[in-house]
Amino acid sequence: MDSSFFFGLSTMAYIGAMMIYITYVFFKKEQVGVVATTVTIFGFIAHTLAIIIRWKEFADLSGMGFIRSAPLTNLYESLTFFVWCLILGYLVIEFRFRNRSFGAFITPIAGLALAFIDLTGVSKEIQPLVPALKSNWLLAHVTMSFIAYAAFALSFSTGLMYLIMETEKKNEPAYIFWTLTFGIFAVLFVTMGIDFLTFQVKVRPEIFIHSYLFRTSFLNPAVVVKILSWALAGTTLFLAWRYGHILRTLLVKFSITPDMLDEITYKSIAVGFPIFTLGGLVFGAIWANKAWGVYWSWDPKETWSLITWFIYAFYLHGRMVRGWKGKKVAIVAVIGFTAVIFTYLGVNLLLSGLHAYGSR
Amino acid sequence: MRETKNKTFADKIWDSLASVKLAIIIFAVIALTSIVGTVLEQRAEPARNILILSKLFGESAAPVLYNIFDKLGFMNMYRSWWFTALLVIFSANLIICSLDRLPRIWKQIREPLNPMSEDQIRKFFITRENVLKGKPDDVRDFVKGALKTARFNYAETKEEQGYQFYAQKGGYSRLGVYLTHFSILVILIGAIIGIRFGFSGYLNLPEGAMSNVAISSADRETPLGFYVRCDNFDVEFYGKSDMPKEFRSWLTIIKDGREIVKKSIVVNDPLTYAGITFYQSSYGLVPGGLDRGIFIFNLVSRDGKGSTLNLRLGDTFHLPESDISGKIVDFSPALKFDEHGHTVTYANQMNNPAALIEFSESGIRKFSGWILKRHPETWQLPGGGRVEFIDYWGVEYTGLQVRRDPGVWIVYFGCIAMSAGLFIALFMSHRKIWVKLIENKNNTKVIIGATANKNRAAFERKIDRIVSMLSKKQAGGK
Ligand code: HEM
Repeated sequence: MDSSFFFGLSTMAYIGAMMIYITYVFFKKEQVGVVATTVTIFGFIAHTLAIIIRWKEFADLSGMGFIRSAPLTNLYESLTFFVWCLILGYLVIEFRFRNRSFGAFITPIAGLALAFIDLTGVSKEIQPLVPALKSNWLLAHVTMSFIAYAAFALSFSTGLMYLIMETEKKNEPAYIFWTLTFGIFAVLFVTMGIDFLTFQVKVRPEIFIHSYLFRTSFLNPAVVVKILSWALAGTTLFLAWRYGHILRTLLVKFSITPDMLDEITYKSIAVGFPIFTLGGLVFGAIWANKAWGVYWSWDPKETWSLITWFIYAFYLHGRMVRGWKGKKVAIVAVIGFTAVIFTYLGVNLLLSGLHAYGSR
Repeated sequence: MRETKNKTFADKIWDSLASVKLAIIIFAVIALTSIVGTVLEQRAEPARNILILSKLFGESAAPVLYNIFDKLGFMNMYRSWWFTALLVIFSANLIICSLDRLPRIWKQIREPLNPMSEDQIRKFFITRENVLKGKPDDVRDFVKGALKTARFNYAETKEEQGYQFYAQKGGYSRLGVYLTHFSILVILIGAIIGIRFGFSGYLNLPEGAMSNVAISSADRETPLGFYVRCDNFDVEFYGKSDMPKEFRSWLTIIKDGREIVKKSIVVNDPLTYAGITFYQSSYGLVPGGLDRGIFIFNLVSRDGKGSTLNLRLGDTFHLPESDISGKIVDFSPALKFDEHGHTVTYANQMNNPAALIEFSESGIRKFSGWILKRHPETWQLPGGGRVEFIDYWGVEYTGLQVRRDPGVWIVYFGCIAMSAGLFIALFMSHRKIWVKLIENKNNTKVIIGATANKNRAAFERKIDRIVSMLSKKQAGGK
């Protein structure tokens, strides 16, 4: 049995768990909740095995020794590791706060992310490493960054849930903010999904972005389709704003209080921030210094990490020192994770297209 | 009159520099302006940024926008006067804010605890009440034991109706934030030292050549104070692909005519001598030098004995125990055979160097063939011997980054201290606990009050453990 078997198993488990958690939220039967947790744990174990097996496969193939062969070198592997951290973080919260409803929000992210990786053919090949990537500092850097990203992802979802629960009027900025964020994420997800399903190409993500992304919609060569896509996207945003409050009535069914969400948001950021500082910024700088002789060169990726860092510093000071509570800081938490996504994907995918470098 | 006016003005400046509001504004400003710096390429040719701007805003707007951004310093923004000013205000804010608060924090840390009245204890964030059998004198030891297990270094007072214990710990964790804040200043100081006293340049060193200068970014030569020589350079590829697995330079440091250090370097493993570090960063072919290198062959005779040959293009060599001689007539840095069996040079790097050798027997041309470094099957000779292509030496240069940064250890120190400070600030807390024992009809009422400046829920769980420890101990003791 190879790693992909176990990856498949965990994907199915997460998607199954998602349905069971949702059932649990609606029917509030304790037994259903226990089943949901069990399935999630089962998926997590399969996932762990998959990562270990892949690690071993890579070590055998590359002959670089075990530590250097950690499966964290490309988009596919790092996304899977991210999902792994996310589930682990969720399980910790479930046991800490003795509340399962939250699972209905996290398992879909995990299951969909894994299925997405699978469907879109983000290259799964075990690839040889270019010389600059052979460094133990890099390993520490990447591992810790993803643990922090997972913590930030948790704070993002709880922050968003907080906003959904706490906004009532359609003209208040916080409501407009979350419905638009929600709408934009939905539009991006759907259009990218259509691209993937239409072109069915298996190329490196950079190339996909460059030559295929949004070609079925916003960048379609046919002007009519192009205009139509923009109009549809606009309509989606409008609908998100118009009917966003329905989500709120759904969330109220969950046994989650806004205070708890605020608390989890803070806790996740408090865990993520020092890990991100040490692993993401400091170890990244040490690695860069070893490889290129500069610990900081203001390249777009570094700068975006710094921007992310400042946003979370903003959050901590706003909440802990200025005493902001509630919606204001929840918005900052949501923006913070958007910056994380941009640091991780946007810089490689969007800015490199703009700059046309990508040699390094 | 003027005095007081001045004073209030200075006070105002001090207050705003001491405020966290300013810090938050600066966080936002640095983050937002930095975004512009990641979209526009820093220190690039104007044409590149005009292209970027026209992709974003259209051809017609681009030149105008370029001028505006250029005037504002966005083309090299992290070194612009206003970004520097932002960092200066940020540092001033950090220093003054910390100075403003430290005395108060220090007092909170050093302040000794005092016993409290029952009402006061009941007003704390965490309160618990419990009744244990026996008089306070009997219960006292259990309480002491429980506090000790929880690692509280308690003080004790005798009271009218019993005893009171009180303890605090983790007070110094309040300083974690300040460790973080000051470390940020340390990092900035280290960075400034690096910029003021450091040096950054490069050196393209051909195999066999040496240099006592490096080229700085402004194309100036900077003396190193010693010689560095590249003895050899080699690229290793993944299997038969053209993906480099590792590239390695063998360097020698020579000072006053003596070889002092020899080391081979690869990416991620540089050589440092006298504070100057050489990083492996690139490689290439020496321009115009392709036919001036030395072929290094290993000649293996039929019985397996090998001998090394150093030859140049056009040279002739003899195979041992035969009349056969070979002449190197052509060379390609990256040879492959296309589908028709023709030879093509497919790259202008030394991916697969090959030599065309013409063999003659007793002066008569017999056959010729390419010897490729990567394909051993081309090495076999009809006579049973073998020619191995070891290297084509002297035609490649190694690209080295050359740097001296006396501030880097200060920066690292600051980074580690900053991270440590963050862990302390976010995961540790200043905890205080009071336990009052009151005699109550041959039983003892145990009243616990506790508080923490952070992570109160965790402390509450700990208090509950103390409480259950107390009841268990008593149950066990009876
Ligand atoms: C980006 C750099 C900075 C980082 C990473 C940082 C980090 C932190 C952290 C982690 C805390 C603890 C928050 C908590 O209680 O949970 C904190 C508190 C604080 N920060 Fe910063 N900080 C930074 C810059 C600043 C600046 C420029 C100021 C200037 C006014 C400032 C003022 C404060 C104050 C007053 C506190 C509260 C201290 C206390 O509780 O006694 N910080 N900071």
